[in-house]
Formats: sequence, C-alpha cells, structure tokens
Amino acid sequence: MSDSTEEGHQEHPLTVYFWIWILLFVFSTFSYAVDYADLQGYLRWVLILVFMVLKAGFIVAIFMHMAWERMALVMAICGPPVAILVLILMMVLEGDYTFVARVVSFAAESVAVR
Amino acid sequence: MSDTAAAHPDTLADGVDGFVDDWSADKQTFQVHWGKAMMWIFLLSDTFVFSCFLVGYMKVRISTTVVWPLPTEVFALTVAGVSVPLLLIAIMTFILITSSGTMALAVNMGYRGNKKATALLMLATALLGASFVGMQMFEWSKLIEDGVRPWGNPWGAAQFGSAFFMITGFHGFHVSCGVIYLAIIAYKVYQGHYEQYDVVEIAGLYWHFVDLVWVFIFAFFYLW
Repeated sequence: MSDSTEEGHQEHPLTVYFWIWILLFVFSTFSYAVDYADLQGYLRWVLILVFMVLKAGFIVAIFMHMAWERMALVMAICGPPVAILVLILMMVLEGDYTFVARVVSFAAESVAVR
Repeated sequence: MSDTAAAHPDTLADGVDGFVDDWSADKQTFQVHWGKAMMWIFLLSDTFVFSCFLVGYMKVRISTTVVWPLPTEVFALTVAGVSVPLLLIAIMTFILITSSGTMALAVNMGYRGNKKATALLMLATALLGASFVGMQMFEWSKLIEDGVRPWGNPWGAAQFGSAFFMITGFHGFHVSCGVIYLAIIAYKVYQGHYEQYDVVEIAGLYWHFVDLVWVFIFAFFYLW
C-alpha cells in the first residue's frame, strides 16, 4: 500500500518519512551554517529563502501528505496563501516609503542607518 | 459517470479533471474525513494570522531608521567561554524537527493499527514539544533580563521587542496547545477509543503546521 486507500487514508512506506526527516535535518543545518559562517547580503538572503522553501515544501508535501491529496483540497488550501504575496509586495513598497519619509522628515534628529 | 465515481472513490479522476469533477459534482467536495478538511481550513486561517504577524514585522523592520538589533548576537549563548550564535534557537529547531518526525511515524503506525506505538510516539512528540516550550521560556527570561521590552531594548529599534514577543509568543502558544492536544489524543488512542485513526492524522496536521510556522520564523526573524 504505497498510495491513498479508498477512504482517503494516507499510508506510505516508512522509508519516505525517514528520508524527509534526514533532509529536514540537513537543510536546517545548512540554514544554521549560513548564520554561523556569517554570510551577508544577497547570498545570505537567497540561501535562507532556498532552505526555508525546501523545508516548508517537504513538510507540507510529505509530512502533511499534500503530495497525495486530490487537487480539489490542494487548491483550496495552497491557493489562498498566494494572496499573501500581494500583501508582502504592498508592505515592502509602503515600508520603503515610510523609511524615506522618516529620513526626509527627521533627518536632523537621527542618522539613517539600516 | 459521477454516480459511479461517488460509489467507487477508487475510480475518481485524478489531476485537473478530478479537480473540476470534485468542485462541480454537486456533492461532497473533499474526499477526506470531515475533520481533516476542517483542520486544513483552520490551518489555512492560521496561516493568514502568522503571515500578518510576519508581514507586520517585515514592515516595521524596513521602515525603521534605527539600526535593527542583530539576532545572531542577541540570541548568542556563551558555551565554555565561546560565544556561539543562535545556539539555543538551533537546538529548538532540531527539537521541533525531531518531534515532526515522531509525529509522522505516529500517524503511520496509527494506520497500521499499532495502538501502542502510536500512543508512545505521540507522547514522545508531546514531550519534545514541551521541552521546546521550556527552552522558549528560558529564552524569554534571558531577553527580559537583558532589558528587552515590547517598547524598547538596549540595542536598537524599539519594535524588535514587540515583534519578538508577539511572534514567538503566539507560536509558543500554538506549541503549548499542541502538547495538550497530542497528550489527550495519545491517551485516548492508548485507551482504545478509536477504531479509525484519522484523529491521529488530523492531530499530526496541526503539529506539522506548528513546525512549518517555525521554519518561517527561524528564517525571517532569527536568520534574516
């Protein structure tokens, strides 16, 4: 039994879980290594995001069984969070605007260091 | 076609055809245990809650003109005279991943009908979760001792404290609830309350979500 049974049960070989478990450990170690090695700038951010997405993807797909669910459920759950990307984009723009406004308005009081 | 599909779920179309069939068949949309569908919908709403916290944190961090305290230094621990960056956070991360693994095994053992292994693995998951909360309490006490408050801290941007306490506090609350939730289900599994093990998978979804949120907190709050 390596796939969903007729009642929607999720039964898979144990090896799948052990592999994902090991991978999660490896990716976490890599994320931590990014900080430990004190990488900075775009390299740091890209690596953090890559390991984060890999870990999140494996957890949702395998541990939470999303990879074996029917598309009706996958779309209902994984679709709506895409809207968050819009919020992130808006808040990045808004945050930059606020930052610039603060620098311009309060320039005399504080030196802008970010 | 749809009648036979309903009577024999094995013959349901897959992929996009199945997606269209499920949503347009004028019957139950999700071919899963109702509790699982509801848990997923709860987790979806929780995703938005945590996203709002993290986006709010991102916004204050972008817009502040004061230097943001460096998490790698703030959360460093001194071991044998050497300052190791983010040590406690790394340990907490590994504990949560370990607990996610034991939970996945518990779900698997449940569907194999192994009552005892399921209950014990869930108990192990709950204990790992409890140790995570313990470490978080230690971390909070340490930071409060260092002078971190929701309205200020000794190192820089005042919003650091509010973002930290709100995000990790809400996550820690989720872990604590999860520990209680898992302990109850583990006890009931052990007592033989269930003939179906969907409850274990549903509890597992919640627990994996808690781990999932930590992945994002770890990346955005501690590492960024």
